[in-house]
Amino acid sequence: MASIDIANIRKSYGIHPVLHGIDLAIKDGEFVVLVGPSGCGKSTLLRMIAGLEAVTDGEIRIDGKRVNDLAPKDRDIAMVFQSYALYPHMSVAKNMSYSLRLRKTAKDRIASVVAGAASKLGLDPLMERRPKALSGGQRQRVAMGRAIVREPKAFLFDEPLSNLDARLREQMRAEIKKLHQDLGATSIYVTHDQIEAMTLADRIVAMHGGIIQQVGSPLELYDNPANLFVAGFIGSPGMNFFEGRYMVTGDTASFALTGGIVLPLGGTANLQDGSRATLGIRPEHVVLGADGPDVMKASVDLVEPTGFGIIVHLKLGPVAFKAFTLDRRFLGMHGEVDVRLPVENLHFFNDAGKKV
Amino acid sequence: MTGKRIVSILAHRLAIIAYVVFALFPLYWLLKVSVTPNKLLYSEGIKMWPSRTSFEHFDFVLKHSEFPTFFKNSLIVSGSTAIIVTVLASLAGYAMSRFSFRGKYWIVTLMLLTQMFPLVMLVAPIFKILSPLGLTNSLTGLVIVYTAFNVPFATFLMQSFFDGIPKDLEEAAMIDGATQFVAFRQIILPLTLPGIAATLGFVFTAAWSELLFSLMLISGNDSATFPVGLLSFVSKFSVDFGQMMAAGVMALIPACLFFLLIQRYLVQGLTAGAVKG
Amino acid sequence: MASHAAARNGGARRDQRPLKKRLADASAPYLYSAPALILIVTVMLVPLILGISYAFRDIQLLNPMSGGFIGLDHFRTLSQDQNFFRALKNTLWWTGWSVLLQFIFGLILALLLDKPFYGRAIVQALVFLPWAVPSFLAGLNWAWLFNPVVGPIPHWLFALGLMNEPYNILSDPQLSMWGPIIANVWWGIPFFAITLLAALQAIPRDLYEAASIDGAGPVQRFISITLPFLAPTIAITVLLRTVWISNFADLIIVMTNGGPADRSQIVASYIFTQAFKRLDFGYASAIALVLLALLISYSMLIVILRQWLLSKD
Ligand SMILES: Nc1ncnc2c1ncn2[C@@H]1O[C@H](COP(=O)(O)OP(=O)(O)O)[C@@H](O)[C@H]1O
Ligand SMILES: [Mg+2]
Repeated sequence: MASIDIANIRKSYGIHPVLHGIDLAIKDGEFVVLVGPSGCGKSTLLRMIAGLEAVTDGEIRIDGKRVNDLAPKDRDIAMVFQSYALYPHMSVAKNMSYSLRLRKTAKDRIASVVAGAASKLGLDPLMERRPKALSGGQRQRVAMGRAIVREPKAFLFDEPLSNLDARLREQMRAEIKKLHQDLGATSIYVTHDQIEAMTLADRIVAMHGGIIQQVGSPLELYDNPANLFVAGFIGSPGMNFFEGRYMVTGDTASFALTGGIVLPLGGTANLQDGSRATLGIRPEHVVLGADGPDVMKASVDLVEPTGFGIIVHLKLGPVAFKAFTLDRRFLGMHGEVDVRLPVENLHFFNDAGKKV
Repeated sequence: MTGKRIVSILAHRLAIIAYVVFALFPLYWLLKVSVTPNKLLYSEGIKMWPSRTSFEHFDFVLKHSEFPTFFKNSLIVSGSTAIIVTVLASLAGYAMSRFSFRGKYWIVTLMLLTQMFPLVMLVAPIFKILSPLGLTNSLTGLVIVYTAFNVPFATFLMQSFFDGIPKDLEEAAMIDGATQFVAFRQIILPLTLPGIAATLGFVFTAAWSELLFSLMLISGNDSATFPVGLLSFVSKFSVDFGQMMAAGVMALIPACLFFLLIQRYLVQGLTAGAVKG
Repeated sequence: MASHAAARNGGARRDQRPLKKRLADASAPYLYSAPALILIVTVMLVPLILGISYAFRDIQLLNPMSGGFIGLDHFRTLSQDQNFFRALKNTLWWTGWSVLLQFIFGLILALLLDKPFYGRAIVQALVFLPWAVPSFLAGLNWAWLFNPVVGPIPHWLFALGLMNEPYNILSDPQLSMWGPIIANVWWGIPFFAITLLAALQAIPRDLYEAASIDGAGPVQRFISITLPFLAPTIAITVLLRTVWISNFADLIIVMTNGGPADRSQIVASYIFTQAFKRLDFGYASAIALVLLALLISYSMLIVILRQWLLSKD
């Protein structure tokens, strides 16, 4: 097990920059999730840590030792691929023991380690099968098994669950988390799925356009997103955004939406009078059927029951937004409804998208 | 089933049968004449099957002619060419499939170019180059020439087979502790076996068939290959049809065996290529 | 290209791998392809360049005094050589008919094989078999079939009343070219059928279903789906095959040796005759160079035509 330090890493393919200076310190035993939309450079960063991609600039250190120029085989890390990358011409047992055989580990030791990993992952009855004869979930387990037999310094995962159906994905997610609790190995996990990030991570690294947007615990990112991107990416249904202008009259502030509607704000925010800004609020914080001085009338567009709760699509003038509620009374709702946007749950983002 | 459908199915089957007959009839005739005894050759010349068959022509060809030598020479030349080409083309095809490098464009252009220009044009210069090296009357010389001629196409063939193998696999192997070359040998090559079989068969057949350079580079009977032997036999004893065709049947056997073994992979490989565009 | 640009991208982003590793990384693909490349260059490229130079030299194998540069003399002789011009005409005839017939029959075969039916795999192996027959043997085989002594074809033609007596068309100056053409068609159908079949199988099946639902009949489906999908494959295979068949002398050398009276001599076999029989390498190279130039112009013409057609759409 090891710590991994990434210092000002850059990557370009030809003249196209993909990563623009990534800094990240991963502690020994930590489970870090890189999350971001497709194409933002997560896999590229992971593959550079693995040694599969040359580093254009910057430094990668594993346990304090610079590894930029080490071949993948000399870095002592294991990786689980999205496609699993199981060797089709080898049995499950051979797949799992390949790395140990390459390292000329003693035969009886290989046998015991592989057997241990197999029973941990419930693969015992499948050991002599070829990958072709396995289901998607079983292949996934073999890929995990291949990684854990080596007891490497770190585990890298590149979207390991995206080829599974929803149920299996949930189940494997829990197993990966349990495995990490058992082994306590440093892990870097890449995904575009924010739920996976939230549920698995000790720390989430949100990336966008080759730049780290925010690093923090899952709840930090959820409660206190650093910018518009993180606010919109984390959480489902996503945060509502209202564009407009922040205005101060006397000692109360208000927010003039681009559509012409003015939201009264209970207090003030750290913004210049008259500056353009974006206001954000999570759907579950929108209060439906409220009363009080600062309620507004919104029209109901659509009601979506999810079973667990209800997503209500609303319109404030021309501006659409969503509310989420557990209260089943709102199932049959139509026409107009009184809504309140509690000021303590509002997020303000300045013109540059930064949280203020 | 409607009448129209039956007619269309019938027409389809008849057309297929016509093609099969057209494809096989010449080979059938070769076989037929080769087993027709000399006495019946002229009296039953155009009967579909002779009233009596014998292997006298095969017997003669094997015992009293130099065809066994020709056969052996061809086997040596085609076999060595096939093996060497496949090794070289695997290496080059792997480079073309897995690396992006500056010279790649030029290598592809060079290889395409070699497929375009008339090989007859090379007859004279190759003779001039090989003759001072003592390679003009030798099987080694032929192997070298055939290998060079077949490497470009075989490289494209192997490249398309490598392209069909996900890059993830060798990356996984490299993370598991293999060097790139070990990953190539232990992971990629075993998965390319069908492609290797197709390439071997393709090159073997091509080398087995080659006539012009063999005619040009080989003069004595000792190192003549089958095509040259058969052709000189034809021009010398052009009346011994039974024996010629018996020799022809023997020339046919290895090529056809190889073809039947590999034809499935060949269509597969070409389909993969066509899908990629 | 890419690494070049990255290196130029300069200063702070300089590639920082140590020189040794950088060299090793950059040379790997060349190491893999070196053996093949060396062979191609020494056995094909160098002789090609030598061959081009021979076209301007007096190279006669049996004459040790030969070897001097003679400028354009060979080409002057060539411009007066009636045999060459006849061979050129024959080449057009030979190539045109061979390619056309191979293509039509190959396309029909591919369409027939594209439908599933019982025993398709074995039928496919059988109809593709001629491709595996060595070309010299295909030539001999057909020469024998045309021979009235052992072959049935003259007797059939006689029985059908197309011939006054069974004779060998290969020795008929009017017809001799058709012998090698028929052998070539027999031998080359599988090539077209295999490539076109591969292209046919790559057409998404649901396109046909959608067209049927829209009410298109089999002929309309063929014209509006199959042909457009096959067009690129057809274009490239016909181009490659044309060039290849123009250079393909085996069948003619084996079956007629250019005769009777040079009536079936094509340029490729004429080159071979000059080099092999007269041992006049210089003149042979000059003819080969002209053939190469003609083939390159033909390929360019097709490529330009294609560009023009594409830009018109
Ligand atoms: N081999 C490559 N050559 C050129 N560009 C690449 C290559 N690999 C990835 N890219 C580009 O780099 C960017 C980041 O890719 P990637 O790291 O795979 O994204 P992610 O895993 O976050 O979806 C993408 O825009 C992609 O197009
Ligand atoms: Mg990715």
